[in-house]
Amino acid sequence: MIFGIVNIILIGTTPLVFAAIGELVVEKSGVLNLGLEGMMLVGAVSAFVTLVLTDSYLAALIVSLISGLVMSGLFAFLVLYLMANQVATGLALTIFGIGISSMIGKKYVGTPIDGLSPYFLIIISFLVVIFIGYFFKKTKLGLIVKAVGESHHSAHSLGFNVIKIRFISILFGGAMSALAGFYFSICYAPMWQEGMIAGRGWIALALVVFATWKPERILLGAYIFGGVAIMQMNLQAFGVKFPGQFFNMMPYLVTILVLVIISGNKLRIKLSAPACLTLPFNKNQ
Amino acid sequence: MKKNTLPIIIILAVLLGAGGFFISNQNNVQDTASDQKKIGFIYIGPPGDHGWTYMHDQGRQTMEAELGDSITTTYIENVPENADAVRAIRKLAESGHDLIFTTSFNYMDQTLEVAKDFPDIKFEHATGYKRADNVATYNSRFYEGRTIIGHIAGKMTKTNTIGYIASFPIPEVIRGINSFYLAASKVNPDIKIKVIWAYTWYDPAKEADAANTLINQGADIIVQHTDTFAPCQAAEKAGVLAFGQASNQEQFCPNAHMTAIEDVWGPYYAERAKALVDGSWASQDTWAGMKEGHVVMSDYNTKILPADLIAEAKAMEARIIDGSLHSFAGPIYNQDGELVVPEGSVADDGMLAGMMFYVQGIEDQVPQ
Repeated sequence: MIFGIVNIILIGTTPLVFAAIGELVVEKSGVLNLGLEGMMLVGAVSAFVTLVLTDSYLAALIVSLISGLVMSGLFAFLVLYLMANQVATGLALTIFGIGISSMIGKKYVGTPIDGLSPYFLIIISFLVVIFIGYFFKKTKLGLIVKAVGESHHSAHSLGFNVIKIRFISILFGGAMSALAGFYFSICYAPMWQEGMIAGRGWIALALVVFATWKPERILLGAYIFGGVAIMQMNLQAFGVKFPGQFFNMMPYLVTILVLVIISGNKLRIKLSAPACLTLPFNKNQ
Repeated sequence: MKKNTLPIIIILAVLLGAGGFFISNQNNVQDTASDQKKIGFIYIGPPGDHGWTYMHDQGRQTMEAELGDSITTTYIENVPENADAVRAIRKLAESGHDLIFTTSFNYMDQTLEVAKDFPDIKFEHATGYKRADNVATYNSRFYEGRTIIGHIAGKMTKTNTIGYIASFPIPEVIRGINSFYLAASKVNPDIKIKVIWAYTWYDPAKEADAANTLINQGADIIVQHTDTFAPCQAAEKAGVLAFGQASNQEQFCPNAHMTAIEDVWGPYYAERAKALVDGSWASQDTWAGMKEGHVVMSDYNTKILPADLIAEAKAMEARIIDGSLHSFAGPIYNQDGELVVPEGSVADDGMLAGMMFYVQGIEDQVPQ
């Protein structure tokens, strides 16, 4: 029984971990991409359609990752080269993703497929978080990404290519979101339904703030968010009653709370939030 | 910085426009001949959900097929049950529609609000209870189907534990739980029902989580009142049984799907469209069930159900249709032990429409 609950929590939380760890790297490099929901949907639909057409999980994974690279590449081009506003572009990416995923998937809604066991990707999700933690703490490249996010002008004058580093970080974030989408439509709920991510992209965004931009806390936060959602279902089924709506807003409430706590201490928020987050970089300025 | 602003605005506009186009490519309003009546639909989900919205869309297509060129139809999908619904309904009203069906309970006040401003346009609101001169309501007696699946579940369960995934605590859903439990406990007094309120109609992953949680707590039959086939799929994977929702979902879970309660809206939509065309449309309340063909049971799964149980279920269908079996026949007690429907009578429509209490025996409370 306990094992069963843990199992359900693991299955349900993994997409949050993938999307959030990808976004963490993007934000560490100083860019805010609000397009997670859209990229996850496109990743989910392209994985599903590819699986239906080719019957190959590997092909589905590859196409899904490519879709994430294309979506995030588009975003990167707009915000890095045209210096579009990151918030507006990210929102546009989400709206675009919702629309185009519905269009691509229209013919495939309700096509039955054989789902893939989620456990391999669950293990991968832990490994990715550990790797990213190691990347930022122990590797030179990790430090460079951090430097770009903290002060792009300093990084630039030290000779680092700010645009290139941010571009690659955004692509990594896109690939992780697409992987979350792949996991969603192939492993978690093996089907394609319009808008099936149902707001989890926004929860993943909230998670990055909740984790105060620290990789290991992404895991902690994701499992708190995911665990609370499953525990309230268990309590309901046991006959314990409390307002379910309350638990639906929990992730957001907790994130706001964390924001209040960390912003109460100016030094602490300075230490955690990348200083150049959402600021456009122009080397001629 | 400055010189870059224009291309950014253009690209953003294109992106937004493209997204908006793909979302709304279904609600382009077609050119119509002047005598052709325009009928619009507001959907809560996508027609591809293979559940609630899918069946409304099937009904729309039946209506189109029956009335041919005398009508033309449009729909707007994925309309949230909030202020957005007002905009969507208003959009249909302003684009010359003569009759607008709003197909979810929480469009109720929004429908009335728009209807007030367009007295010449007719509105029909599904599953609600507020009417006006130009607003009719319609619903189906889905609870009749829940009596049959309750009977089947009572006989098929081995753990005597039923997992029930509910959406929102509204009379429609609570009536379904009661109807199910009354029939199930009649054939199996030891039966226990565990309810999870998902607080959504449409979230495949959450519905699957709820199903897995219930299965983990010992349920061997999953009943749902949400819109996707995810719970049935989860049941299939876990090797337990389930019922489909709103449409026949056997193709998604062939070894779990025992039967489904199907919503058949086509005949009603066709009838109302005809009334619109010949000018006899009037505001009314329609609440039809198995007798009128609004509620139909899917094929019983012969791989799972024993032949005699299928025969029993079919006999129950016949008795519901001829009126000799009622889902809420007395004596029925509420959880406080008060007699709410005395022996020899049945619950009236007023009680059914406002049902916000559980019947005696359900070890749970209605969420407040």
